[in-house]
Amino acid sequence: MIYLDNAATSFPKPKETIEHLTRFVTTVGGNPGRSGHKLSIEAARIIFDAREKLVDLIHAKRSERLVFTANGTESLNLAILGLLDANDHAVTTSLEHNSVMRPLMYLKARCGVEHTVVQCRPDGALDMEALTRAMRKNTKAVIINHGSNVIGTTQPLGEIKRVIGDTILIADACQTIGSVPIDMDRDNIDVLCFSCHKSLFGIQGLGAVYIREGIDPRPLKFGGTGSKSESMEQPDFLPDRYECGTPNTPAIASLLGGLTFIEKEGLGRITARKKALREKLLRGLSGIEHVITYGSRTIDANVPVISFNLTNKLPSEVGYQLNQREIYVRVGLMCAPMAHKTIGTFPAGTVRVSPGYFTTDAEIDHFLEALRLIAEH
Amino acid sequence: MPNINVYYVLFHTIHDVLRVEKILKQHGLSYELVPVPRNLSSDCGICLKLHNEIGCLWPLLPDIEVARCVLFDGNEYISVQLP
Repeated sequence: MIYLDNAATSFPKPKETIEHLTRFVTTVGGNPGRSGHKLSIEAARIIFDAREKLVDLIHAKRSERLVFTANGTESLNLAILGLLDANDHAVTTSLEHNSVMRPLMYLKARCGVEHTVVQCRPDGALDMEALTRAMRKNTKAVIINHGSNVIGTTQPLGEIKRVIGDTILIADACQTIGSVPIDMDRDNIDVLCFSCHKSLFGIQGLGAVYIREGIDPRPLKFGGTGSKSESMEQPDFLPDRYECGTPNTPAIASLLGGLTFIEKEGLGRITARKKALREKLLRGLSGIEHVITYGSRTIDANVPVISFNLTNKLPSEVGYQLNQREIYVRVGLMCAPMAHKTIGTFPAGTVRVSPGYFTTDAEIDHFLEALRLIAEH
Repeated sequence: MPNINVYYVLFHTIHDVLRVEKILKQHGLSYELVPVPRNLSSDCGICLKLHNEIGCLWPLLPDIEVARCVLFDGNEYISVQLP
């Protein structure tokens, strides 16, 4: 079996993920922040440690401003629905996932929030002049896909923030966090949204959002926090303002394991390995007849997410034949129809291959050989 | 006569309690995490219980807001003015 669908979720997970998850489920198990007993406190400590490690990873300062959510989609919904009001305008790009476009379309229909989509080039590059032209006086937020889940292109967040000035920068880092360095401080990112089950190696069902000081989105949910229990109003302090109900502590424990693994390996080593995997794949694909790859090799697209097609087969057929050989990739639109319009592959989509940190060179060779056979027949 | 004075220090959120715990550990100071006494707050969470003099705590908490601090002298709970 060869798993090449790490852009959907990473698999396998490092042993640290399993160990932390198992320890929580078998020996801790308490509900954090809800009781004064030892198991509840220990559960809260696990969440605290994961929060602090995450804040270190993204070079942010205040761990209470790191809010856990159910997934990257919920993080983006919290930022978009929580910040935009009736007379506001938003700017985004043509590479966005539906977790950005659907909340924007909802806001447009519900209360007339307008948005402008800046067209990216087919290689994924964002035109800074077009971004500048899209800005209006009432533009409240610019929402940018940091790394494309279709072609792996990364966007220069610091440069974008310089272009948009004081306008709120919301970055979708689902495909980049844990793969490439992210620096909230250096790049002046205002809101960073991400999932925790991809390159952070947590289990599924967990996301997070970091909200810079001075930015105050409306909460998406309201309820019990274990704090200010005498009040029927939602607390105004973080993280409780945005976190209510029992959290997904098993997933957070697994994330703590994943972050421990990343610390041990070193993010630099992980980034270098992923870049090498991307280059090996692109080089191998270029040698196979009928293959067209999308995106660019020239811009710094170091997320190992590659889309391709065979000119003689539908992507679904390629995916089916790879699956029969126990090679697992994703095919179709990857919930990003505009990205496929941008690269010219709408509506059929592409075959997406996304190796992970544990993918070996031998597995890439095996995949390339299988694809060569599929392309020939 | 043994010192039976204890201080209960309450914070708004368990996240702040654990931030303070981390600081106290770094400074080697002794503490306990205990359920918030019901007569002090209706919160269902935990607070800090200190047997030391409270004065050494304040300089360690530059950006953590204390919700309430109370001295228990063995008989009654007395509110401590926050710095």
